Amino acid sequence: MNIKVEKIISALTQWMRSFGLPRIIIGLFLLMLFIAAPFVGVNIGTSLSDTFNRFGMNAVMVLAMVPMIHSGCGLNFGLPLGIIAGLLGGTLSMQFNFTGPTSFLMAIVFATPFAVIFGWGYGQLLNRVKGGEMMIATYVGFSSVAFMCIMWLLLPYSNPTMVWGYAGKGLRTTISTEGYYLHVLNDFLSIRITEHLTIPTGMFLFFGLLALIIWAFLHTKTGTAMTAVGSNPVFARASGIHVDNIRALSVVMSTWLGALGILAYQQSFGFIQLYMGPFYMALPAVSAILIGGASVNKATITNVIVGTFLFQGILTMTPSVMNSMIKTDMSEVIRIIVSNGMILYALTRKTEATR
Amino acid sequence: MTLQRTKAQKVKRFLGNNTVTILFLVICAFGIPLSGYSANYLASEVVVRIARNSFLIVSLLIPILAGMGLNFGMTLGAMAGQIGLIFISDWGIVGIPGMLLAMIISTPISVALGIWCGKILNMAKGREMVTSYIIGFFMNGIYQLVVLYGMGVIIPIRSNALVLPRGYGIRNTVNLIGIRKSLDNLMTIRVFGIPIPLSTLIVIALLCIFILWFKKTKLGQDMRAVGQDMEVARAAGIKVEHTRIVSIVISTVFAGYGMIIYLQNIGTLNTYNSHMQIGMFSVAALLVGGATVSHAKVRNVFLGVILFHLMFIVSPMAGKNLIGQAQLGEYFRVFVSYGVITVSLVLYEVRKKHDRGIAGQILAQEQEVKA
Repeated sequence: MNIKVEKIISALTQWMRSFGLPRIIIGLFLLMLFIAAPFVGVNIGTSLSDTFNRFGMNAVMVLAMVPMIHSGCGLNFGLPLGIIAGLLGGTLSMQFNFTGPTSFLMAIVFATPFAVIFGWGYGQLLNRVKGGEMMIATYVGFSSVAFMCIMWLLLPYSNPTMVWGYAGKGLRTTISTEGYYLHVLNDFLSIRITEHLTIPTGMFLFFGLLALIIWAFLHTKTGTAMTAVGSNPVFARASGIHVDNIRALSVVMSTWLGALGILAYQQSFGFIQLYMGPFYMALPAVSAILIGGASVNKATITNVIVGTFLFQGILTMTPSVMNSMIKTDMSEVIRIIVSNGMILYALTRKTEATR
Repeated sequence: MTLQRTKAQKVKRFLGNNTVTILFLVICAFGIPLSGYSANYLASEVVVRIARNSFLIVSLLIPILAGMGLNFGMTLGAMAGQIGLIFISDWGIVGIPGMLLAMIISTPISVALGIWCGKILNMAKGREMVTSYIIGFFMNGIYQLVVLYGMGVIIPIRSNALVLPRGYGIRNTVNLIGIRKSLDNLMTIRVFGIPIPLSTLIVIALLCIFILWFKKTKLGQDMRAVGQDMEVARAAGIKVEHTRIVSIVISTVFAGYGMIIYLQNIGTLNTYNSHMQIGMFSVAALLVGGATVSHAKVRNVFLGVILFHLMFIVSPMAGKNLIGQAQLGEYFRVFVSYGVITVSLVLYEVRKKHDRGIAGQILAQEQEVKA
């Protein structure tokens, strides 16, 4: 009898260790918020609906972390570069006056070449700075955003819904996607369960499709090579894999997913945010995948799903529940502490520091 | 034995070592005439900025000596300094005594934060920079928690000019009228009509002398050894972890003092923004001065401040005169600040690889001589 209990306890601790303490704390915190919600007058249906919505908005950007982590390039702090490719795609599609769902497809089509070119260059850069990728990725993201600030002012866009009214040139800081691709994924096959609870099926399908592609890719020959490069580059080189090419490929994939991610985000959010908008967008995505159980050199699709759900769940629930409970909105502060605390936790793990 | 190089190789090496500085000289050379500012105006602006920023930038030198890279965690010190300033504004202590008291309040906070930051960086060896960068963000959350929700409730703040109308939390901007320019105006001389805040410059000079002296002490030498090679230093009996923590603590404390000097010159405190940008600007200025992630000298600080801030002053006006939009110049200078850091970091990593190659070349040369 005693042995059985011990066995269960050891299995439980094993599971807890593999799942990770921070994840359990955050999971319990989220559960607590959902339990507390009805008592303080917050509608569960609306909360769930918001959480699903935000999940769909952000999941693809979190997925963009996976290829680079797999190939050993670390956390993709340079996500803004991919976002810029997406912004270019979106604005070009609007400039050429595509409307409705076509505009979303065309945005993807326009964004792809930019993502490939940017990602390839960015990959070449990261190949030259092995070991210091994360810091440089951060600053590549920042400087590309700052550079595009200049370009948004100068590029010859002319669609009147996008440019400043009085000058007739220079893009606005926020552009409405209404009439173009607003809610094209949200409304696609969406299921209305109750008055407050809607499931945005289209966004889930979009994410599911991309996740499936990435999952399948990681099981192909090239995908396996990518994992090999990430776990042991010397061994990978010895077995005849072009380490630099594989790393560059992973960066291109990450950048492309970042571009698609921001398009999925905009179609739900309703606005394209230009200029300094993409500046800090890498941090939430990075911390989401870490909350999901990924580490600096290991990540799976499950990590993406769990992490995005937990992180976005907390973001949705804290303002509404906390507001009704203590009449103060501390959500911003909690967001900063949780997301950056999570990144710090991942950066300081001993097992990963050896790489 | 050193590597024999041809002249072309030497020139290439020199250009490679000073890419960022040369780039900035070119930008300034184009920007100054375009902006149309007079030499007198530019000189006085640059003097003001040297007095304002140098102390903060010097605080970055010690962690570089200890091989911990650019200490983006200096924002922790800046937060400590700001907390000191909030208290003295509340207590109504003005002038130099106010500044001194703010420094005294900031010191224990800086030390505690520095020890904590150093311990975390010891857990993340090899990626100190990105970790210190995230630590800055993380502490910003804690800082907001304390200042926005704690002050006025748990931490007593009486002044209505400081507390938000809702009864707790500090306002977005705090007027530092009490200590405004108190250090700068203590002793000012005019040279060619340009006011020079001599007292501030003396304080900065003292700090520089301290740094130069410190490098020669036992602790300073230990830090250099740790920066060169941690394992060798450990074998030589140096407490590596301890030395690294001390270097971060010194940097954080100085950053706190530097922030107080910076804000006494500006005169208003943006409670939730002032500290966030200071890290980035200080790092960029130091790199522009020709410092790298592993080597920084006091002269890099001053060259950096002058060049970086010249660019900062002239670029909006140059942008306006060139293309007709001042906004363009604003974005340009933001781009350049980030671009400089990116280029320096990339060059540093590439050089690190390259230097390993040089060791091989020396070996080859030796063998050739023998043969």
